[in-house]
Amino acid sequence: MIDPISVFLLLLSASTPILFAALGELVVERAGVLNLGVEGMMIAGALAGFAAAYASGNPFLGFLVAALAGATISMLFALLTQVFLANQVASGLALTLFGLGLAAMFGKPFEGVRAPPMPMGPLRINWIVWLGLAMVPAIWWFLNRSRAGLILRGVGENHDAAHALGYGVRATRAAAVAFGGAMAGIGGAFISIATVLQWTEGMTAGAGWIALAIVVFSRWTAPGVLAGAWLFGGVTVLQLRLQAAGVDVPVQLLSMAPYLATILVLVLISARQKFSRHAGGAAPGSLGINFHALR
Amino acid sequence: MIQLVPRQGVSNGWQIATPLLAVLATMVAGGILFAIIGYDPVAAIRTIFWDPLFGPAASYSRPQLLVKAAPLILIASGLAVGFRAGIWNIGAEGQYIIGGITGAAVALALYPLEAWWLFPVMVLAGLAGGWAWGMIPALLRNWFGASEILVSLMLVYVAQRIAAWMAFGPMRNPEGMGFPGSRNLQQYPSAANPELLTGTGAHWGVVAAALAVLATWFLMSRHIRGFHLRAAGIAPRAARFAGVNPQTLVAFCLGLSGALAGAAGLFEVSGPAGQVTAQLGVGYGFTAIIVAFLGRLHPVGILLAGLLLALTYIGGELAQLTMALPAATVQVFQGMLLFFLLGFDLLTRFQIRRSIAA
Amino acid sequence: MTANVFRAERIGKSYPGVRANDDVSFAVAAGEIHALLGENGAGKSTLVKMIYGLVRPDDGRMWLGDDPHAPTDPRAARAAGVAMVFQHFSLFDALTVAENIALGMENPPPRRKLAARITQVSHDFGLPLNPGRRIVTLSAGERQRVEIIRCLLQNPRLLIMDEPTSVLTPQEAELLFATLRKLAAAGTAILYISHKLEEIRAHCDCATILRHGKVVDSCDPRAQSARELAAMMVGGEMRVIDRSGRQAGDVLLKVEGLSQPAPSAEGMRLKRVSLTLRAGEILGIGGVAGNGQEELLAALSGEVRSTPGTIALEGRDLSSKGPEPRRVAGLLAAPEDRLGHAAVPDFSLTENTLLTAGARKALVRGGLIDHAGARTYAEAVIRDFDVRTPGPGTAARALSGGNLQKFVVGREVMQDPRVLVVNQPTWGVDAGAAAAVRQSLLDLARRGAGVIVISQDLDELLELSDRFCALNEGRLSDPVPTAGLTLDRIGLMLGGAHGMEEARA
Repeated sequence: MIDPISVFLLLLSASTPILFAALGELVVERAGVLNLGVEGMMIAGALAGFAAAYASGNPFLGFLVAALAGATISMLFALLTQVFLANQVASGLALTLFGLGLAAMFGKPFEGVRAPPMPMGPLRINWIVWLGLAMVPAIWWFLNRSRAGLILRGVGENHDAAHALGYGVRATRAAAVAFGGAMAGIGGAFISIATVLQWTEGMTAGAGWIALAIVVFSRWTAPGVLAGAWLFGGVTVLQLRLQAAGVDVPVQLLSMAPYLATILVLVLISARQKFSRHAGGAAPGSLGINFHALR
Repeated sequence: MIQLVPRQGVSNGWQIATPLLAVLATMVAGGILFAIIGYDPVAAIRTIFWDPLFGPAASYSRPQLLVKAAPLILIASGLAVGFRAGIWNIGAEGQYIIGGITGAAVALALYPLEAWWLFPVMVLAGLAGGWAWGMIPALLRNWFGASEILVSLMLVYVAQRIAAWMAFGPMRNPEGMGFPGSRNLQQYPSAANPELLTGTGAHWGVVAAALAVLATWFLMSRHIRGFHLRAAGIAPRAARFAGVNPQTLVAFCLGLSGALAGAAGLFEVSGPAGQVTAQLGVGYGFTAIIVAFLGRLHPVGILLAGLLLALTYIGGELAQLTMALPAATVQVFQGMLLFFLLGFDLLTRFQIRRSIAA
Repeated sequence: MTANVFRAERIGKSYPGVRANDDVSFAVAAGEIHALLGENGAGKSTLVKMIYGLVRPDDGRMWLGDDPHAPTDPRAARAAGVAMVFQHFSLFDALTVAENIALGMENPPPRRKLAARITQVSHDFGLPLNPGRRIVTLSAGERQRVEIIRCLLQNPRLLIMDEPTSVLTPQEAELLFATLRKLAAAGTAILYISHKLEEIRAHCDCATILRHGKVVDSCDPRAQSARELAAMMVGGEMRVIDRSGRQAGDVLLKVEGLSQPAPSAEGMRLKRVSLTLRAGEILGIGGVAGNGQEELLAALSGEVRSTPGTIALEGRDLSSKGPEPRRVAGLLAAPEDRLGHAAVPDFSLTENTLLTAGARKALVRGGLIDHAGARTYAEAVIRDFDVRTPGPGTAARALSGGNLQKFVVGREVMQDPRVLVVNQPTWGVDAGAAAAVRQSLLDLARRGAGVIVISQDLDELLELSDRFCALNEGRLSDPVPTAGLTLDRIGLMLGGAHGMEEARA
């Protein structure tokens, strides 16, 4: 009854928004910045992308605009944390609350209209899904093999040392935050343009937060992010399948599954880092700490 | 060149000035935003910030101020204690929902019993429910090192679904003709949380919020535990050296803020909301985060910030009615407020100096 | 005369409220090891930061060879031929040796080539390094090698070493100087920053002495005695410490078989540490940084609990007690890190007294804080320990290192502890404050308390302590009387040879 290929395709689709957002946040955190505004950037991308796709009839233009919107709104966070040295946790929360509000405010005219159809890519898989999959090795290569990636990791690991060696800590971090914003924007737009096919308020439903958890799960590696996104996608598909199959459990309880799974995964991975001496220290050394060159 | 020089201490003057500056900047930026989307900015700002208190319909909206401010202040008081200690409970919304459900559960289970002790027991149940929901992230952090930020936030989504399930399933009103939602507790005298003084909007939640402000003020400025909390937030190693057990601290902060959020949920469900519905969570738990920051994590500041944000809620509703402003305006305002506040905060910690480049 | 590689002329730099450097002129010749000598806060770090492009001078000029030297950032300085080994290593713990070195170079060769060059150069200089290892797994000495190799790969004309031996054993320091000699022989100019007089006398060709940001003298250090150099550095005679009037009494503190797991991946395990401390006695514990000093202090202060029966004060088992009960019993401690561990940076001095003195000075009763009492106590500490500050309301972060250290030690000493444990009591403190802190510890012991001084400054340990133990990889050696102990012998103890027999073998 269950066709494994179609289940896998569903899984790919369900995991793509999280994959984009988490890959972006991975780069941000590797640069030593904790941006809790992923949810806000995703919803901004979801709306801006949907609006652009709807207005132009071209879904790809929608994704481009979504990336721009996510990057733009992320600059508010970069300004606060990198220039005004505001607390990163609070600034990220502010970004999420602001993004959710902004999207709700500007989204009214787009309620109830449908997104233009997405042309399928090879193997009947959405082009954006392909793009997300391609980003995994690309980001891995960037972080581990490129000079710019090395500098970015250096900045995230020890910003004082990076500064002493003459690297621009704030500029590097601002660039990373912008990239994270663009990726979150694309992830959000995938929900509105390619999955739900319309705009509804609060439609990201915590996906940004799940993406943050998946970065922890990945132990700050790109392949780990893919694994985490698929795990999450799997739980989502399973939950939907069970709903469709009419299992005798209230829908509301089934729909908790992704969130409970996220908590479970977070606990398992944190416990592993806590109790095994050698696994520890995967998080970038300067994560979440603001940099201010004293003299 | 402009240089940032860290201040020797935190500037008290700027501590008070920055929230005011942030409010002003929000009004200006908000006005610009309104102009962009085609509303009269002056009228809109006046409708949101002035009319609820002094406008033509003020007699209706003024009592609403306390009704909306009470849960915000109650929740923010607890959150601020944790934020001071560097413990980030951002799932107060979930604790609020669960507190509302557990508190209501007592009443629904005993219906139609009338007894003077029913309401106090409900309050205890609300406190306990919120406390328990807050203890989940606390224990997961203490035992496994899981981030309390992410766990508490995930639990909001879980709590929302529990509320929906309750409203459609176990708690559905058997006399509700199939509509979702529990019995209305306002029509159940022993369980109701009524307006205590007619025309003020003050219900038991307002009393509780006032008590919470007093209690947290005492804790943070007179008691050694508050001192330890503040030390832990700035210098965790120094706090450990002083004798603070970090795990106890995590449990205390998440438990306390959870319990207060749970109580807020109970007062809401037995008062203004009246029943358990899928929409039990209306965002007080998130707005309270802004209240806590805007109030500088200080009990008196929280009191004022709570009233101000309550005003934006009422003003937002008013503007929705009279000017057809989108409902989400309030949310945008609140987000902007936090942005400006965090930005201006720089002034409390740094001096800005001009230096002549060589 | 050999040609000058580097020359500074009338360099000046001001910060708000401080003239960090004023009218500083000096020159470093090719093949020379040139010492920059001065107390903490004399302006040495600011000066080298200007040479390395991290800070720009307000006035004056610099030359590198015949070219004006005005780097806008460290990359420009590196391109011009300046390399620097930092006091606090500028290394990235989670990255590999090769990645760290690549970050310190302008145009690093491809990965494989770079790895091969690292292996080769490190081998040539007798400083073997594995390019694939992560920094976390390296010892302090090995980490410094990484910094040095990173500099060497760029063939610098001027190599700046900022207090490089503070984390090394005497033997490791010897190896470092041998390397520097080789480099100097090849024509590199070396600017060597330190406040350690003996090593400057032994190894440097020329010394420029800084005091309060100004050049006060320059000399050939080999022709001066350590006392003369110190007088130039401090500007007057060193205060002599009074060690008299102490007698060892009853056993106060007994530690037996104290083992503790490492607190983190970078931390050190404590392995069956045992010691006894008598009344009126000062026990010195030496060791290279990262050999368990912090962990030992945490175990004694109560920040980390230990197995029952391992720590007893006057016969009372305190092993499972936290910091507060230990303080009540009379076991007090002052950790190394002043800002953030011994004191809360943003708190006032008054509030900082509450951190440790709440119980013994009755500043906290039934959980309630006596703010007036705390203020009075803070004022007393400020007065008796000559802490230079506007008042008890000043934030801890606003104090200079020396003044904050006097406050932190004073806060504990004035509680009349039975036993006081201090870690690095004079680290980064100017000579005057250091002498005051040391004297207060001696006075405390004279009044009948026991004192444990954990320090990486061997001169300090020899000056203060009656008995000496070495802490090496979490193991504590048997104590030896300090009288008649030589630096060589200590070096061997620090290197892990616990008795003379092993050292001879």
